[in-house]
Amino acid sequence: MKHNLILRVIAKYLFPVIALFAFYVQFHGDYGPGGGFQAGVILSVAFILYTLVFGLDTAEQVLPHHVLRILASTGVLIYAGTGVATMLMGGNFLDYDLLAPNPVEGQHIGIMLIEIGIGIAVSAVMLMIFFAFAGRERS
Amino acid sequence: MIDLLLDITLLTFLLVTAIAIIRIHSLFAIVMLFGIFSLLSAGLFVVMDAADVAFTEAAVGAGISTVLMLGTLALTKNHEEKNPPHRARLPLLVVLITGGALIYGTYDIPSFGDPQSPSQQHVKPRYIERSIEETGVPNTVTAVLASYRGYDTLGELTVIFTAGIGVMLLIGGRLTRRKKQEDEQ
Repeated sequence: MKHNLILRVIAKYLFPVIALFAFYVQFHGDYGPGGGFQAGVILSVAFILYTLVFGLDTAEQVLPHHVLRILASTGVLIYAGTGVATMLMGGNFLDYDLLAPNPVEGQHIGIMLIEIGIGIAVSAVMLMIFFAFAGRERS
Repeated sequence: MIDLLLDITLLTFLLVTAIAIIRIHSLFAIVMLFGIFSLLSAGLFVVMDAADVAFTEAAVGAGISTVLMLGTLALTKNHEEKNPPHRARLPLLVVLITGGALIYGTYDIPSFGDPQSPSQQHVKPRYIERSIEETGVPNTVTAVLASYRGYDTLGELTVIFTAGIGVMLLIGGRLTRRKKQEDEQ
């Protein structure tokens, strides 16, 4: 689709809108429908659109494979790390009450942290899977 | 009343899509119909007031999996292989008996939204009554997923992570492509 001008222009304008919506879903998940998982999927959709229009090689320059691998592991690590951190503070695994002096505030911080972890891991894994499929040539 | 109308419309469309998926032989059209099927299911979830589930269904079912199936399609053929005509009497019998048993089973399921049903009685009242004061999160679904059931969600995330690793190990990476290019040269 390298010569499709209209598609390229529209994709360029759509990319920030989709990404912004993903961040809205990510950080508004406490108040409305959505959360890290949906946000991660939507963010990966923005990059998939970019890949479909501009080609796999351009997309891999933007997001190389090793970066995606690191991001996917980082997301899981943030989640599990939050749990370990609460254990080190003397509570149970994933007991967010201890993250702040006030339990409700601690819950808020904990939920925010793990949702960010989910968002990063899900978007990276989705892109990893998509790149893996798109990178295979017809054999 | 409007819910009933929406339910009937969406379920009719679902049925039409399902029959079309069975009848059509072009795999590309089937993948597109799968996307429509997911979108219609998402609509049904919205009618049932499960906005979070509908959101996930629309993003994953209609979005990502359609793209992934198209990616798979690009690696294979566009058409189903024609099977030799045969009579499937035994499978039909099995399907009819299983389907009948499932429909019979639905008579024991409590009706939708029944406040006396076991799923509404167990821990749900506590989540609804106490989740805001305990977690400060207005969306109870998020409170349950991220806080009360945080350990389960960590497991789900690990499943996704493992799936990504699995796909990468099986078909992923630049390595295979680079090797292929070298072979061609």
